Amino acid sequence: MFLKLEFQEHKLSSAGLSSATRYLLGILITVLSAALAFVIIRSEKAAPDLATLATNKLNLSGVENPVTAVLLNFRSYDTLLEIAVLLIVAVSILPDRLPIPAATAKIQFLSNMHPHSVNPVLVGLLKWLIPLAIVMGGYLLWTGAYTPGGAFQAGAVVAGAGVALSLAGHHRFIWQTASVRISLSLGLLMFVMVAAANAIITGTTLQYPTPYAGSFILIIEVAATVSIAATLLLLFTQLKAMVEFTMKGNNQ
Amino acid sequence: MTHFSIMMLLPMTVGLPLLAAIVSVIINSHRWRTSISTMFATIQTLIVILLLLAIPDADGLYRYTLGGWGAPLGIDLVVDGLSLILLLTTTVLVLVLNLYSIWYFSDVATSTRFWPLWWLLVAGLNAAFIAADAFNIYVALEMIGLAAVALVALTGTRTALVAALRYALVGLLGSLCYLLGVVLLYRAYGTLDLAQLATQTQASPLTGSALCLISVGLVLKTALFPLHFWLPPAHANAPAPVSAALSALVVKASFYLLMRFWLDVLNPTVTGITANFLGVLGAAAILWGSFAAFRTQRLKLLIAYSTVAQLGYLFMLFPLALTGSSPTPLSNAAVTAVTYFIIAHALAKAAMFLAAGNILASCGHDKIDKLQGLVCYQPLALLTFALAGVSLIGLPPSGGFIAKWLLLNAAIENGQWWWVVVMLGGGLLAAAYIGRVINIAFSQASTEKSTGPMKTVPERHSLQVNLAMPGLALAMLAILLGFNAQWILNLLEGSIELHLANAGGVQ
Amino acid sequence: MTQDLLYSIAGIVLFGIGLFGVIAAAHIIRKLIAINIMGIGVFMVLLATARHGTITDPLPHAMVLTGIVVAVAGTALCLWLALQIHQLDNTTSKDQPQ
Repeated sequence: MFLKLEFQEHKLSSAGLSSATRYLLGILITVLSAALAFVIIRSEKAAPDLATLATNKLNLSGVENPVTAVLLNFRSYDTLLEIAVLLIVAVSILPDRLPIPAATAKIQFLSNMHPHSVNPVLVGLLKWLIPLAIVMGGYLLWTGAYTPGGAFQAGAVVAGAGVALSLAGHHRFIWQTASVRISLSLGLLMFVMVAAANAIITGTTLQYPTPYAGSFILIIEVAATVSIAATLLLLFTQLKAMVEFTMKGNNQ
Repeated sequence: MTHFSIMMLLPMTVGLPLLAAIVSVIINSHRWRTSISTMFATIQTLIVILLLLAIPDADGLYRYTLGGWGAPLGIDLVVDGLSLILLLTTTVLVLVLNLYSIWYFSDVATSTRFWPLWWLLVAGLNAAFIAADAFNIYVALEMIGLAAVALVALTGTRTALVAALRYALVGLLGSLCYLLGVVLLYRAYGTLDLAQLATQTQASPLTGSALCLISVGLVLKTALFPLHFWLPPAHANAPAPVSAALSALVVKASFYLLMRFWLDVLNPTVTGITANFLGVLGAAAILWGSFAAFRTQRLKLLIAYSTVAQLGYLFMLFPLALTGSSPTPLSNAAVTAVTYFIIAHALAKAAMFLAAGNILASCGHDKIDKLQGLVCYQPLALLTFALAGVSLIGLPPSGGFIAKWLLLNAAIENGQWWWVVVMLGGGLLAAAYIGRVINIAFSQASTEKSTGPMKTVPERHSLQVNLAMPGLALAMLAILLGFNAQWILNLLEGSIELHLANAGGVQ
Repeated sequence: MTQDLLYSIAGIVLFGIGLFGVIAAAHIIRKLIAINIMGIGVFMVLLATARHGTITDPLPHAMVLTGIVVAVAGTALCLWLALQIHQLDNTTSKDQPQ
């Protein structure tokens, strides 16, 4: 099934399956999917007890948006582990801590590349676009408490600003710095810290003291936004650098 | 009040490894990272031991409600004897592998990635062992899967990268099948809590489909024959401590969850035919895995194929526990036997991979045919390998012997003698493939030029000894497990009572 | 009621298409796209579960959000590994196939 894997661009062959096997596989999967669909059509949905329960407890959760309440209060443990999953990928993609070029300060995250020709239109556009994207991220973060939005959406938009900056080619991100490692792990760190603090205050891990629930959720979300934005940006720039490196090798 | 503070330790089994991971991401000094890791591993061991001492007395307090919301809305954590034993096995192995890794990853470039990923893997494993929520298990499984993939890829060779990628694809496929099964359960029963599902499930086409999807997903991750194709390359090409953790712990996590779903949560849906089907696949895994181990040319591949075979024994659980005469599947002798088997195999297999790692490091290769005279320059590694081998074959004083004996007993009690034949055959095959290595290792190297091994005296003798000790300690533990069987058995007895109470405990 | 059934069935169909792709395609990018299609199928079934007439259950929505993040992480890790392999293949001598 996975015994044959292709990595080159032009080899889009099938996985060593004869056409008869492919048809057989297609028929088998069609039959199984049809059976599953049939079972779903015939089955009854459970009563929405949990939805009612969530609505009733919403006023205790510290936020007004039920999805945010589930993500960061009722089932915050899932979100904690989800941020840990992001850290796993970030750590495995993070470049080695090679000697940092002497020109760049140790805590500098962004370095100016001084390209030969600066496109004034592009610079003008970036000067508008990037602050706008960051403000937009802040808005999405704040509005998550009331309407759809939240840390992931905000992180994605902020990472988008970074992607625009990286594509413009005037700047380059230095991933070997301590500040990067702190921003990547900040979300998880803050989450674990809040969980520990709650255990001391209320006696139960991840149980926020009711009047301050909203504030705790906001603290976690701000930290998570930083980590999510950093992780997504790291994924984009590292994968892009890898592709460019390989393409350069192909052209030579 | 005392119970409350003791149950606080349960979420800490996940929180501490996460904290260790964060610390090892942030700090930049190799020395600090390793000492802090050791500190965390020690604290974790203490926590699990405290839990072990406290739980049997804390009547009814084996559930922890995170966030104070309670089961259907929030997420609970659950601990019983079975999960405690797995937590204990994990924590002991983590402590020993931690020491080994300090010496193994003295190369700084790899170690900056290894330590955070290692602790995230441990957090995922602990989270899976104490999970009581079907969706939470999905997230924990993804944590385990992705961290394991990233750890396999640390070797950096093309073979290792391809093995890691295949492992990643299989892992993602397995998790998605599992998730679809959970979605169907949520649709039908409106809850994700395992104990509540256990009280509500009835045999229906929908529950059956959910069981199928969940089982396919978990079996894929446990590498049961014929879905084992990804395991040997992944386990054989990872760095030595990672191979040890993968074979000893990671595949056991998905098997543990499979146990939970078949014996407890979705038990009404399980039929004798499906249980026997898993048993037949397990028997095929024993025979095929042992045969492949005998045929292979590389030592680490041999150990990896041996894992495929040993996982086959675990699947004997399903026919023995579910088609026997016992009224409740959890109070079954087969459950005790399989749990004992998990511990014995974890210790022996981890020891074996560490020994193979030392042999690979000192010879520069692990081709079995070229290991003549190994006894002269790697006596400790060979001793470790042999002791672990004794337990894997199931020879008398070892933990493996007790495990197999309990399993055979369960089979004979149920009158299912055909599994006895397979298990004994598997033992003979294991003796054959382990004997083959030992035989070559003791044989005289014919001439200097014909053999590959670099016979140079190790440059740093102390490092050699340091690297040999953790494996030897694990192998000794695997043997000692056979001398002190009663202690573990008592713990398991307690486990089953707790487990039963847990299944019926909520509403 | 028919609307969410339609959603569920479409989800199952996507799951099936993805499963076929994962098994039948050889190229790694195709396999990854197929796995993502499978994931979207599961999420659609999950979203269809959330609707109960006028009441909407927030739990499946939160689960889908978590699932999306996990899927992004998994895909990125696979892409990273695939690119590393691709790079190894192209930097070593191109005349000798691996």
